[in-house]
Amino acid sequence: MGRELVQKQQQSAVSYTVEQLVAVNPYNPDILPDLENYVNDQVSSQTYSLDANLCLLRLYQFEPERLSTQIVARILVKALMAMPAPDFSLCLFLIPERVQMEEQFKTLIVLSHYLETARFRQFWDEAAKSRLIVEVVPGFEQAIQAYAIHVLSLTCQKVPRSVLAEAINIEGLSFDKFLEHHVVNSGWILEKGQGKGQLIVLPRNEFNHPELKKSTADSIPLEHITRIYPILG
Amino acid sequence: MAAAQDYDDGAVHSQPVDGYDPNYVPDSAKSFVVHLYRHIREKNVYEIHQMYETSFQTLSDRLFKDTPWPSVDAVAPHVDNDHVFCLLYREMWFRHLYARLSPTLKQRVDSWDNYCSLFQVVLHGVVNMQLPNQWLWDMVDEFVYQFQSFCQYRAKMKNKHEQEIALLQQYDQAWNVYGVLNFLQALVEKSMIIQILEQEKEGLEQFTATDGYDYNGGSNVLKVLGYFSMVGLLRVHCLLGDYQTGLKCLLPIDISQQGVYTSVIGSYIATIYHYGFANLMLRRYVEAIREFNKILSYIYKNKQYHQKSSQYEQILKKNEQMYALLAVSLSLCPQVNLVDETVNSQLREKYGEKMLRMQRYDDEAFTLYDELFSYACPKFITPSAPSYVEPFVNYNQDAYRLQLKLFLYEVKQQQLLSGVRTFLKVYSTISLGKLAAYMEVDEPTLRTILMTYKHKTHAIDSEGKIISNADIDFYIDDDMIRVVESKPAKRYGDYFLRQIVKLEGVMNEMDRIKLD
Repeated sequence: MGRELVQKQQQSAVSYTVEQLVAVNPYNPDILPDLENYVNDQVSSQTYSLDANLCLLRLYQFEPERLSTQIVARILVKALMAMPAPDFSLCLFLIPERVQMEEQFKTLIVLSHYLETARFRQFWDEAAKSRLIVEVVPGFEQAIQAYAIHVLSLTCQKVPRSVLAEAINIEGLSFDKFLEHHVVNSGWILEKGQGKGQLIVLPRNEFNHPELKKSTADSIPLEHITRIYPILG
Repeated sequence: MAAAQDYDDGAVHSQPVDGYDPNYVPDSAKSFVVHLYRHIREKNVYEIHQMYETSFQTLSDRLFKDTPWPSVDAVAPHVDNDHVFCLLYREMWFRHLYARLSPTLKQRVDSWDNYCSLFQVVLHGVVNMQLPNQWLWDMVDEFVYQFQSFCQYRAKMKNKHEQEIALLQQYDQAWNVYGVLNFLQALVEKSMIIQILEQEKEGLEQFTATDGYDYNGGSNVLKVLGYFSMVGLLRVHCLLGDYQTGLKCLLPIDISQQGVYTSVIGSYIATIYHYGFANLMLRRYVEAIREFNKILSYIYKNKQYHQKSSQYEQILKKNEQMYALLAVSLSLCPQVNLVDETVNSQLREKYGEKMLRMQRYDDEAFTLYDELFSYACPKFITPSAPSYVEPFVNYNQDAYRLQLKLFLYEVKQQQLLSGVRTFLKVYSTISLGKLAAYMEVDEPTLRTILMTYKHKTHAIDSEGKIISNADIDFYIDDDMIRVVESKPAKRYGDYFLRQIVKLEGVMNEMDRIKLD
């Protein structure tokens, strides 16, 4: 237990330094090994830093001989996990086309495509075939499930059980446990639908309940009001 | 400033026209440098600006139409051999060369050396001049432009002569991407411009209020170069395809306000063009549309004042490119209410028909997206050195092709959304089953299409918040789709603020009138 703690402290010491490097001295080929190690750290400790990964991809752009496809693949998997943020595309913009033509990257691009177009069933099918690529990164499944729930929450007030189960790729008893967990922790409500089976009522937000949308369009920042303070006297 | 001509120079041995004697200094040129030198020593910014902006152009047109200016060695004796003035003169010398002629490899390398020396001098803080913002902006702008030009030039390996390739390998430090980025970064850091802007917000510093000029007897050069370098960094990162970092570099500048970046029209345009483009690639369409609208409106009202400027053509070119980008953004995110009437009428004139066809998302549409993107995008670069192993290929288009491909990929993913929009405009509620039948898909497929619509129209902004780009929105209640009416926001608050200030102005005016 003690050793794990020290290791974790060492990891956080490393990540502190790397983030500083990226902020202060990013255009420096010498930090490339640090950035590569940091990618591996992100994978094992389930953290994520887009800025550091973009910095590394840039350095690979400047010195293509030093590009490690394994590291790039890991960066892309982490970026997928960051959805709905567009990180995956941002990374692709920096990866040379001939690298993107390799099998594992083609697969990752297909996976991203399925997620971008909400084709969850096809996504999980393809991911199952590509265990080697995606299972190296802990937390992958949970991250994608969170994204699926995010998209469903944007779209629906209530979602049929079967639709949700397919989107997050959980069935049977595990699915019931999953539902229970979210009823307790995320405010989900289970309802009996009209003959079609169970409905899950997702939490209310401004996207699936437009009446909750704050009308920010007419709000005025304080700085603008200060302009007329002298007039108001 | 990037020349009006396309810098696509295949010329290798382009020497200036016969009859050019680098040591011959015509009287007007001599007079020019003598006066410019004196004005710089006396910190007479207004005179410097007149000479830089007007006299230099007039003399170039009259005496040096297609030859370089006299060499710095011929000019130096007239200006006390002043080291810094010579660096400045050389910078203008090379800029003139790039604009009117095609630089040789040796000239490109020499220009790089000159920038290194000039920036080193500035970074060491030994410069005690006040130069016009126009000049300082042009330095940064030209620096990035020559870098871009060099990368394009170097990537065309196919028809290069042996000596040229040998020279390229020999001068591998010239226009090295690390060097370029680190100089810009160094200028930002050494000038402490980020801290200055922060402190200005709290009233502890004056920078924007004085347009960057130093009224305490000091120099504005490092500070303003540092400021413009932030725009330079945004530009370089866009050329590399790193839009996220580019926007980050620009963050200290508040583009919702006037600032030093708006004091020079070239800088204003470059900033907003790249900001808008980066947001477009980040799928933040509303943000891109808003900023393009503002600058296009500004150009429309102000371009007449720049007709005599050497930059006029470049202003017009960027104007056209931004209309193309606006057309693309609006086709992907149809929120025409964000656009001013003047800009909208110009847009409809130039791209009205094409926009209609782009929103059909058929094969022809993709050709149009390709056409507009290719016309308006930055000249992307491959920053790495070429492989000096045969066979030699031209890879100068690789970067552009990748960005185009990824952009069209995104457009393709949004293909089905226009179909959804058409139906949502017509119905206030419709069942999933019915809509699926109309769109000729099964219900599960319809669900994925609707979720895609929601995902693509809700972007993540720089703070991780979800922002809606959607012109038409909906939500699903069990199996009914309910369309949300979006009324355009009437900005009463802004309107009242403006009227209050205006009325106060009128009342003050009236108070000032003395009645006999």
